[in-house]
Amino acid sequence: MLYALCFLLFMIGLYCAVVKKNMVKIVIGIMIMEYAVNIFLIMLGYRFDGVAPIVGKSELAEQINSVTAAFVNTAVDPLPQALVLTSIVISLGSLALMIAICIRTYERYGTFDITEIRRLRG
Amino acid sequence: MFEFYTLLLFCIIAAFIAVETRNLLSAVICVGAIGFGGSLLFLFLRAPDIAITQIVVEVLGLVILIRATISRDITFISGDREFFGTVVSVVIIFVIFLAGIIVFKTIPPFGTPVFAQVPDSASQTYISTGLEKTGAANLVASVILDFRAYDTLGEATVLFTSIIGATVILRRRAKKKLEEPDA
Repeated sequence: MLYALCFLLFMIGLYCAVVKKNMVKIVIGIMIMEYAVNIFLIMLGYRFDGVAPIVGKSELAEQINSVTAAFVNTAVDPLPQALVLTSIVISLGSLALMIAICIRTYERYGTFDITEIRRLRG
Repeated sequence: MFEFYTLLLFCIIAAFIAVETRNLLSAVICVGAIGFGGSLLFLFLRAPDIAITQIVVEVLGLVILIRATISRDITFISGDREFFGTVVSVVIIFVIFLAGIIVFKTIPPFGTPVFAQVPDSASQTYISTGLEKTGAANLVASVILDFRAYDTLGEATVLFTSIIGATVILRRRAKKKLEEPDA
């Protein structure tokens, strides 16, 4: 059910990117899709009553540099978290690029409407 | 469970308003609401590193988006919308949504991840031997900076490439020199 809500968020972003004619609205739709995918990937690694994948003092075992079995059995998945961290930073870079293109287009044509832009020059 | 549903519904409502409002500035602010709601959601999903990064990125992204929309709010999408095209795309999106619901039945339910059922999966190895092999108490940091350091190198490359692209697009001086001989 939570996955379905995430997918609904993704679909709202897809609708915005496909149907809307304003360039900034299209960028907003792409951003909404990015949020939905990030939240979904983090949700895949969650487990009930889980703890964050950070080793505290109480999770250290008797031997040096090893963690207790309880921590291994309750920690949430660190792998999607690491990859989503990468994806969030990259989405900022792509957002800057898209907005730069939008600002340039506005300076040239004086509008954000993609149908107007097509009409003015081929 | 309750907090996840509340925050996701908040995000969905904010997304609806961001898509349907006419004012671009309020649409941008609604995107900020989605981002901060998502950040809280990450915190409840036991991912504090992601939550911190999301807040920082969200503030920067809001500044960039507001730079694009402020004082440019005059664009009104006039002209009749193509009714047929909108209906067709909504129907296609709905069909994709139904297909996705069917697919979600095949993956394990929320709260019981796949990696816990596979004894020697990569995530399980990172959790049990990450501290011993890398010496980092934060396992996410040990994954991005040690086990998968090349991923982080690639991320930095992509980031710098996109920033170079943005500066090239926004640059003014060289473009004028190119255009003058034409005129």
